[in-house]
Amino acid sequence: MNKDYETVIGLEVHVELATKTKIFCGCSTEFGGAPNAHTCPVCTGMPGSLPVLNKQVVEYAVAVGLATNCAITRNSKFDRKNYFYPDNPQNYQISQLYEPICRNGHVDIEIGDTKKAIGIHEIHMEEDAGKLIHDEWEECSLVDYNRSGVPLIEIVSEPDMRSAEEVIAYLEKLRMIVQYLGASDCKLQEGSMRADVNLSVREFGEKEFGTRTEMKNLNSFKAIARAIAGEKERQIELIEEGKEVVQETRRWDDNKEHSYPMRSKEDAQDYRYFPEPDLPPIVISQEWIDEIEGRQPELRDAKMARYQKDFGMSEYDAGIITGTKRLADLFEETTALGAKPKQVVNWLMGETLRLVKDRKIDIEDIRFSPANLASLIELADSGVINGAAAKKVFEEIFDHDSDPAKVVEEKGLKSENDEGALREIVQKVIADNPASVADYHAGKKKAIGYLVGQTMKATGGKASPAIVNKLLAELL
Amino acid sequence: MKISEMTASRIGQGIGSGEFTAVDALEAFLERIDQKEKDLRCYVTIDREKALAEAKAVQEQIEKRTLKGPLAGVPVAIKDNMCTEGLLTTCSSKILANFTPRYTAEAVKRLKDAGAVIIGKTNMDEFAMGSTTETSAFGETKNPWDRTRVPGGSSGGSCAAVAAGECAYALGSDTGGSIRQPSGYCGVTGMKPTYGTVSRYGLIAYGSSLDQIGPIARDVSDCAAILETIAAWDPKDSTSMKREDWGADYRFTEALVDDVKGLKVGIPEEYIGEGTSAGVREAILAMGETLKEKGAEVSRFSLKYTKYSIPAYYLIADAEASSNLARFDGSKYGYRTESFDGLHNMYKKSRSEGFGPEVKRRIMLGSFVLSSGYYDAYYIKALKTKALIKQAFDDAFTKYDVLLAPIAPTTAPKLGESLKDPMKMYLSDICTVSANLAGLPGISLPCGFDQEGMPIGAQLLGNCFAEKTILRAAYSYEKTRGPVDYSRTAKTGEEGGR
Repeated sequence: MNKDYETVIGLEVHVELATKTKIFCGCSTEFGGAPNAHTCPVCTGMPGSLPVLNKQVVEYAVAVGLATNCAITRNSKFDRKNYFYPDNPQNYQISQLYEPICRNGHVDIEIGDTKKAIGIHEIHMEEDAGKLIHDEWEECSLVDYNRSGVPLIEIVSEPDMRSAEEVIAYLEKLRMIVQYLGASDCKLQEGSMRADVNLSVREFGEKEFGTRTEMKNLNSFKAIARAIAGEKERQIELIEEGKEVVQETRRWDDNKEHSYPMRSKEDAQDYRYFPEPDLPPIVISQEWIDEIEGRQPELRDAKMARYQKDFGMSEYDAGIITGTKRLADLFEETTALGAKPKQVVNWLMGETLRLVKDRKIDIEDIRFSPANLASLIELADSGVINGAAAKKVFEEIFDHDSDPAKVVEEKGLKSENDEGALREIVQKVIADNPASVADYHAGKKKAIGYLVGQTMKATGGKASPAIVNKLLAELL
Repeated sequence: MKISEMTASRIGQGIGSGEFTAVDALEAFLERIDQKEKDLRCYVTIDREKALAEAKAVQEQIEKRTLKGPLAGVPVAIKDNMCTEGLLTTCSSKILANFTPRYTAEAVKRLKDAGAVIIGKTNMDEFAMGSTTETSAFGETKNPWDRTRVPGGSSGGSCAAVAAGECAYALGSDTGGSIRQPSGYCGVTGMKPTYGTVSRYGLIAYGSSLDQIGPIARDVSDCAAILETIAAWDPKDSTSMKREDWGADYRFTEALVDDVKGLKVGIPEEYIGEGTSAGVREAILAMGETLKEKGAEVSRFSLKYTKYSIPAYYLIADAEASSNLARFDGSKYGYRTESFDGLHNMYKKSRSEGFGPEVKRRIMLGSFVLSSGYYDAYYIKALKTKALIKQAFDDAFTKYDVLLAPIAPTTAPKLGESLKDPMKMYLSDICTVSANLAGLPGISLPCGFDQEGMPIGAQLLGNCFAEKTILRAAYSYEKTRGPVDYSRTAKTGEEGGR
């Protein structure tokens, strides 16, 4: 490489909205289910069926628009995008081209100490397609329309990003905003958040953009970073060889770390967009916008500041806890049940994150209930169980959302707090370990630790360390 | 009077009072079908067993007094572009020849809830594209007044069935005149309501922004009663309107009053000008005279932009149709070609073999006008023209309560004449398409016969939601005109052809 190149990146992010029903019919959006279990004449494109817009979709789209500083289009419209493919039962997709619901927004990202605003060109609403399953044995293709009509928003950024780092920061920010709004769970692996990367390169200082390509099939942040690196390299190589970058859509294969052309601009389809005649314009009043804005939950930045101020959390802890809506929710719900904030933070930052890593799951997939964590903290606090036992119980809560009281009962983890019984055991330990006792009296105060350990061992770990310490001090 | 010669309301009364049963009524029409259907081909599908079972069930409910109403037990025919659960719905196309819907169109469901007995599904121009019912994949319907002529279209089967007494009344759909024009050609009374009045849910779309379902019957009173039954706001159709929001209501039969005193009637010159046959022009002007004699103020005026209505209509309707008909691709239901090589080839062959030439012509035209580079020049321009046409009607309705015009420049043409020259056929829609572009209600009713004995149709157009105004004007005219004598349509065999 003999010149310095700059990468120019814009993203098209599809987010599946967390509505209970589909965008244009009353069918469930629930994941899974037998093929075509969640379908009706509307989402299977039966003749004569008509779409009816789900109001919640508009509210989510407006909420995301407001949280990303967009202007809300007061007279928004749907358009038909015409193309033939079997996953699309009407052979057109109801989307928005001419009057998208949100426009001209931005999201602020931070890379180290540098802040940068990434522009949002528009956010539009549209319906998802069904799923094609190719049966190699029968040599046929089958269609499952359960996903057909699931609501999506597409967030189209301006070409404002210059590195994979900025792209990831933007995506993380976007994901956090959408999750906090409750508009989607934004799981890349499951496809509820999908990002297509538009990328071009140019020499530093050049004013014009280079020819861009669009990259699809990016299923994780890591894949996105690798794809950006790969595509940047590919384009620079072409330019250095004096060849031209072709405007095309490419498919990223993360296993082979290579992208393959899908279709070029020449064979790009003419989608023959036109206004959807079955749906009247969506008129959004200022009152409605105010209402949605009024319901807007506390977003991440505000929450993080509040945690530091109100709970004395460190910036680091507050950052981790508010880093995902799931942890923040767990924190707030558990403290709401009376658990001390500091202890909740300890459990979340410590054991919870350890087990998330150990069990190889996403934070979003944490399933235990705040009530069980709160009662575990209560049990430990009141000395019913000791610290070691509490960790054992927590694993059960984490894995099975078990009731801690029952676990303590079933596993016999209750602390031995009967002083009388413990006194006898301690006396026996003292009698059995004269060397340690002598060390202790000789001024080696650390020797008491060994005696505590022996006592714990003798009680099967159930003794309250506080009481054991007290008794040893007294009896020695 | 034979049951098959009665109006729907009269049959409803007969069943309600116990004069005869719903089964008697159905059998009277089935008998008529036995005599005439072979010559006329009004229906695509007749399901006698299902109809008989329905008639029996309805009769039982009537006797138990769990069901009553003006249409309870009255046999109806449904245009074959409205979905009927468990009953073939073909749109008179090969591509849907085997299609049985799993749900019933809202308008049909409302009729059934009111006790209607469905005799069958009527023939039409394929996907409602045509003005003669000759583009049907299952053969043309013939005009009951003269079997060498077309019944008009696209609801030709429904209108011919009503005229011939093969049903008491029928439902049709009107995208550019498809209820009013064949009603006029067949000498029956048909009505296209204001866009948004009758739910389109379950109506297989041609031009979504123009399509409306409406009644076809033997007189104005029947039309009002049927409309009262099928019209309702429907949450399943986002373009359906709550008439209350527009200062209107659903009590259409209230408008059946013989009084046009002070009613301002305008006759647009453009509708009776060049190209209009002398017989049609005279009949319309004579109808104007009749209304004048009854106290209406009748005058002629010029309605701007009329000549642009044909191009605007065909661009908009075909653009929407090209997208609406995309779903018929051989993959989910309907016709699929026998052998193919890959997905694209399956689409291409299924659609090439499944659609008739007129449908293909319109899909191609519609796809063209939506293509990038042509969208602004054609589609957007057509939408602007549509807005101008609406404005011209708005202006006219500041001066007139109703507009009086023919439904076509001539009476029913001979079979085979129209399809030879599609452009000429399109131009014959000049009298009807404007009302669809502007969303207006219109009622078509007979206003005489030409020298060859063919019925002449007049239409009364009203402002949006002014159904009651045009119903009152039509009802008043009908009172003076007197009932139409349908006995001539009863002739069979040789004597029916001219």
